[in-house]
Amino acid sequence: MAESAKAVAAFALHRFGMGPRAGSIAAIESDPRGALLAELRRPRAGEVAAPGLPGSSLAFRTVAEANAVRQAKRIVAARAQKEAMRGEAGQQADNDMAARVAAGAVPDPGRQIYLNEARVRIDAALAAETGFTERLVWFWSNHFCISADKIQSMAGAYEREAIRPHILGRFADLLQAAESHPCMLFYLDQAASMGPNSIAGINRTRGLNENLAREILELHTLGVRTVYTQDDIISFAKVLTGWTFLPAGDNPEHGGEFSFNRRLHEPGPQTVVGKVYEDTGVEQGRAVLRDLAVHEATARHIATKLVRHFVADEPPPVLVDKLAAVFRETGGDLKEVTEALVSAPEAWTFSSRKLKRPSEWVISMVRAAGTTADPARFTAGLATLGEPMWRPPSPRGYADDEATWIDGMGQRLDVANTVAERIATRIDPRAIIETVLASTVAPETLQAVARAESRQQALTLLFMSPDFQRR
Amino acid sequence: MADCPHLPSRREALIGSGALFAWTQFPKLARAEGRDPRMLVIVLRGALDGLGTVAPVGDPDWIRLRGNRALILDGPTPALPLDSYFALNAAMPNLHRLYKARQATIVHATATAYRERSHFDGQDVLESGLPRPGTADTGWLNRALLAMAPGGRVDPRGGRAVAVGPVTPLVVRGQAPVMSWTPPQVLPASDDTQARLLDLYRHTDPKLASALESRIRLVALGRAGGMDGSPPNGAQLPPPGIARVRAYFAEAAGTAARYLARADGPRVGAMGFVGWDTHINEGAASGQLANLLGALDGALAAIETNMGDSWRETVVAVITEFGRTARINGTDGTDHGTGTVALLAGGALKGGRVVADWPGLRGADLHEGRDLKATIDLRAVLKGLLRDHLRVEEAALASAVFPGSANVAPTAGLVG
Repeated sequence: MAESAKAVAAFALHRFGMGPRAGSIAAIESDPRGALLAELRRPRAGEVAAPGLPGSSLAFRTVAEANAVRQAKRIVAARAQKEAMRGEAGQQADNDMAARVAAGAVPDPGRQIYLNEARVRIDAALAAETGFTERLVWFWSNHFCISADKIQSMAGAYEREAIRPHILGRFADLLQAAESHPCMLFYLDQAASMGPNSIAGINRTRGLNENLAREILELHTLGVRTVYTQDDIISFAKVLTGWTFLPAGDNPEHGGEFSFNRRLHEPGPQTVVGKVYEDTGVEQGRAVLRDLAVHEATARHIATKLVRHFVADEPPPVLVDKLAAVFRETGGDLKEVTEALVSAPEAWTFSSRKLKRPSEWVISMVRAAGTTADPARFTAGLATLGEPMWRPPSPRGYADDEATWIDGMGQRLDVANTVAERIATRIDPRAIIETVLASTVAPETLQAVARAESRQQALTLLFMSPDFQRR
Repeated sequence: MADCPHLPSRREALIGSGALFAWTQFPKLARAEGRDPRMLVIVLRGALDGLGTVAPVGDPDWIRLRGNRALILDGPTPALPLDSYFALNAAMPNLHRLYKARQATIVHATATAYRERSHFDGQDVLESGLPRPGTADTGWLNRALLAMAPGGRVDPRGGRAVAVGPVTPLVVRGQAPVMSWTPPQVLPASDDTQARLLDLYRHTDPKLASALESRIRLVALGRAGGMDGSPPNGAQLPPPGIARVRAYFAEAAGTAARYLARADGPRVGAMGFVGWDTHINEGAASGQLANLLGALDGALAAIETNMGDSWRETVVAVITEFGRTARINGTDGTDHGTGTVALLAGGALKGGRVVADWPGLRGADLHEGRDLKATIDLRAVLKGLLRDHLRVEEAALASAVFPGSANVAPTAGLVG
């Protein structure tokens, strides 16, 4: 390899980490691969302290409580209005006024919870040495994505509770944690699903919803167009009936927590992907997930996605085979699989580099500048770039290929320009090149920065350079 | 769910994802005839419930199928009659007005060649124009433009493709260059910074250079037309809601139309709206689907208004990856299905009719006993529009644009 040790270290931080910070290239240049592996081996790697932040069920109850209080205030205000106006104005005016009064008195706590959670995620990415474990958190969170557009209160807590503790554990445990989390059950419409022959199903008009079962098979485990059929989806959906969470309204202490409700559960055995599962209540679904977690198709699907994310839009088959084999042989040990990825020479292809996703690019910009990020501004910036935090457009999550993102270069330029404008008075672009990037940038980039008409322009050009956009 | 009134439904996910449109250059052949046709493709992602949009009120099995969620011609919110058999969801008065003025056509019981039920594969097939999902990286609209260019090569200076929002829809991805545009929410970089960056890319990264060139061209075009919007103070997103959805649909579609209307502007465009995956509480004459259809109706009105005189040379095609189950599911919604509608609007159409080979709604009539059967191949409709409106050659349509579709004859007589 012709690359200098510093260039290899910079490459490692861009490709596998959150991007270089001041001093980080010097810190790892003697053994970049070893530094990445060392980060995986830390105790409780991936987990994060979130003092003062509510867990998902408390966050859910907090928002529900605020909604109930607001609704009551609205009704009281509407009554008072009506009394005062004695029917002179229309009913509509009363209601609008009352709604405004109530909204002002009881603001929605969900937005603030979301921003507090965003701060925890941003700070973890900024504080990390290489950022490899945080990248893994982002990867798995996107694989098992939910959307804050549907359930804002739980979005951040879901990642802390269901994703972070398991990213270097067994895939089976990660799968169980994600699929049984109330946030996922709500996002993919599972919480309201009931078996047609369950007690609740017979008594009421609602019934089965296939959504979660389908996406588990298609997106989370086996992968689309593999070994399952529409019948498997229906059977699996029946298996999962009863997986729900306690409503907030009638349960001030445990509302929002996972609950298996036998009254919703379809009785009897079900056949999923060729195997019969006896009706063992909640254990029936767990058993299906256990088998899906170690299926050959799952091994390939996960290996392919990991390689596509970290290495190349067109995953090299050799590397996919390698990771799939490790996944199979270890029963889905994600630490082993991740170590195999970093250890493989095929993962260190300097000649072809991926385009960073907007979130990766923005965080690497903030790390290089050595500043902090305001969560409201940071999340608004990501929305402008098409990757709003915890708000993917569909259960498939954000795409991992260049074609999806490259036409957003104009938006990136605007964001880089805005960030540069904010920091140009304090941050010297030449200092970033020397202390952060250890002078590993291309000579053309160096020249463009040197010739820029202003610090702001120089910073914009540096952040927009291929050295900074690709990993 | 009554327990969680604060939780918005998935349709509102479209706020974050951005609606998209893209377009590229002139159909030169049509121009040679003294015509100047425009075409805008709107992709509804998530699978539109065709039966909830255009109801077969004349089908004797209709009420039995959907019960009190069937659109009907009487009741508190009567559906808008199209002919003796079909009626339009009351949320779409603009489309109904256009239909009456013979400027809108409904195609019913239609679908692509895809017969599975994955959104992502379904959208791949819909947008790629290929018969099967898989490895598509270009879209049929982009390939149609290449087919129209002399010798199959697009003049790079003539590149007029644009994507609104930072993500380009597959239908318009490909060799013909694509530009992107979003409402400016942040301070735009100066022309000088852009020029310097472009110079850096040209020496280091041709792909980034090409992406940036497209953007620069589009900004210039927008300025020439006085299209610099005043940047909203977008540091904080307003809360999601149907009012914002309406505003977003109308703004995105209206902006597309303003570009298309310009004499020196692009002639073909595409954009996407997400949020149509109505598994829960879909509603009928009112509710979730009706809200979205209302927003779509507003977008069509914005296009008509902003096209001005060019509306008479315009076709807007609203398409979706597949339909939804014929019956209501256990959670007052519908699941992934097969046959659905395509909505066509525009002054160039010979409209005022429903194009359908109605398959019926009895159990045995349904695809796999659950979905509206598709009796019209959507590719036939799209090929008909590309051939008769844009003048793409039929041989190219059967090979490069929709590969493997030689036996799918273009629908004749849609425009006139």
